[in-house]
Amino acid sequence: MKQVQADAAPRKLYGVAAEFETPADLLAAIRALRQRGYARLDALTPFPVHGLNEALGLRRSPLGWAALAAGLAGASGALLLQWWTGAVAYPVVVGGKPYFAVEPSVPVTFELAVLLASFAAVLGMLALNGLPRFYHAAFHHTRYQRASDDAFLLVVESDGPGFDAARAAEALRTLGGQHVEILEEECDRPS
Amino acid sequence: MATVSQPAETPLVLGGLTPAEVTRRVAGIVEQKTPRAWWAAFAFTGSLTLVLFAMLGYLVTTGIGVWGNNSPVGWAFDITNFVFWIGIGHAGTLISAILYLFRQRWRTSINRFAEAMTIFAVTCAAIFPLFHVGRPWRAYWLFPVPNEWSGMWPNFRSPLVWDVFAVSTYFTVSLLFWYLGLVPDLATLRDRARTRARQIIYGILSLGWRGSARHWNHYEMAYLLLAGLSTPLVLSVHSIVSFDFAVSLLPGWHATIFPPYFVAGAIFSGFAMVVTLMVIARWFFGLHHLVTMKHLENMNKVMLATGLIVGYAYAVEFFIAWYSGNPFERFAFLNRALGPYAWAYWIMVACNVLVPQLFWFRRIRTSVPAMFVISLLVNVGMWFERFVIIVTSLHRDFLPAAWGMFRPTWVDLLTLAGSFGLFLTLFLLFVRFLPMISMSEVKAMMAAEETP
Repeated sequence: MKQVQADAAPRKLYGVAAEFETPADLLAAIRALRQRGYARLDALTPFPVHGLNEALGLRRSPLGWAALAAGLAGASGALLLQWWTGAVAYPVVVGGKPYFAVEPSVPVTFELAVLLASFAAVLGMLALNGLPRFYHAAFHHTRYQRASDDAFLLVVESDGPGFDAARAAEALRTLGGQHVEILEEECDRPS
Repeated sequence: MATVSQPAETPLVLGGLTPAEVTRRVAGIVEQKTPRAWWAAFAFTGSLTLVLFAMLGYLVTTGIGVWGNNSPVGWAFDITNFVFWIGIGHAGTLISAILYLFRQRWRTSINRFAEAMTIFAVTCAAIFPLFHVGRPWRAYWLFPVPNEWSGMWPNFRSPLVWDVFAVSTYFTVSLLFWYLGLVPDLATLRDRARTRARQIIYGILSLGWRGSARHWNHYEMAYLLLAGLSTPLVLSVHSIVSFDFAVSLLPGWHATIFPPYFVAGAIFSGFAMVVTLMVIARWFFGLHHLVTMKHLENMNKVMLATGLIVGYAYAVEFFIAWYSGNPFERFAFLNRALGPYAWAYWIMVACNVLVPQLFWFRRIRTSVPAMFVISLLVNVGMWFERFVIIVTSLHRDFLPAAWGMFRPTWVDLLTLAGSFGLFLTLFLLFVRFLPMISMSEVKAMMAAEETP
């Protein structure tokens, strides 16, 4: 089936997209499409829509684990740094204090843990989302501008099982989608 | 849809704005022709910023003696200004992170604004210790990086080094948090851009954000994580700043109440600064529908609460000074209230303890001119608090032979004024080029309020 598609279409397809006016319409359309077996759906929305992850069957983001790992690395790195510089590389007696002790090491350990965990959260988010990415087929939709303003685009992606552009477009139309458009991966865009 | 059972509370967005109108109003501020008043304000604050640079240049080329610092008052305006500006920043993180975790929806209209304030305030703060070291070109010695003295490392047992880590982490994480929040709004500006330059600049800054459901899934997790990380971070920063004092053995500084006392004071002064700036921006840009009286009133309530904590801390300091039985402690505090800097002490008490009590009255809490004046007075009071803590504790040493007085020089005064210039200039650039209200968050909040 996929093979036939690739042969039939001269350009690679990204999917078929339609515009919906409210979050409720969008969620209803997603549920209906998923019931009909459309597994590869995406939505472009101006704000995070409550219930969208569940409707699309998206799994909980694993970023928390990345932040935890980075935080632990930051904390242990900080402890190692303070021990090595203070007790091994450059031991100097200051005010009769021990070269290394846990108590005075707490602030720097904490700060470095937070610093690394924060970077992991933000850079991990960008990596998981494939950003920065300055070109995407979704930008070709004529109503794309509204997806960052007040409308909601629902995309049936072409890599789903048994994808057929005409059938997907028809399904979106019957569910109330406006401006149903087929989006191609590459296109000679007039500048 | 719009008339679904409205909760009894006052709505947070007035005037029945639709999401499209939110975009138009907020993005419109960035897209309109630069107002004349903006140029006038920018010319003024820009000149003040040049004064700051001139003063710093004079300091670097001449020496630290151009400031009024002396022995015994080795820390004076510089550290006062440092603690003052760091404290201002704390309200931004409190609003963006702590109120987010507590699901306080009213934070949504003001968090972007307050986060910007945090970053600019910390920028101003960082200047002072940097130049107070005397040789700012050696500032990298503060960090554990190899330097020309091979094998020399920072002393990690010193609170001053903790401070370097706390402030630089705080600045970096605040910047990340702010930028993360900005990305979807920058995409909105990119999509609305009419000129090529705007398309390219906002296009690059928005990183190609397209609002995909999968993006939002990771994005919201990243936002939650940063809120969760920033919350203990902001508490740690002013605690560590207070360690600069509390870990020393000086009467007036060596007190276990310092960390919570400093954190409460920081939030107090930060909220005052948010109110000062927000009242002006709301009036000038006509944001009454998005920044409502409820927002302002809530901020005034926070000021009232934290002001009470600060007042309590002042009282406890005196009690402990008496209760400790330590004559040096007793002297330090009596000297604060009755000594040569008593005028500064009583300005502090009047502005921080007495004036905010007016916020008990609803009429004052909801009066824009009244809250503007009170917030200015709180800022004055909180600056004097740091001045009192630092200078009165230092100027009377243990031996009367080592007593001294601090008088600011003209360089001290102009550097302080110049730091306000830098802060306000950065703020003006922010309101001109970036959306000062988080459009995506306001729209999400409106959607959530419609379907509770």
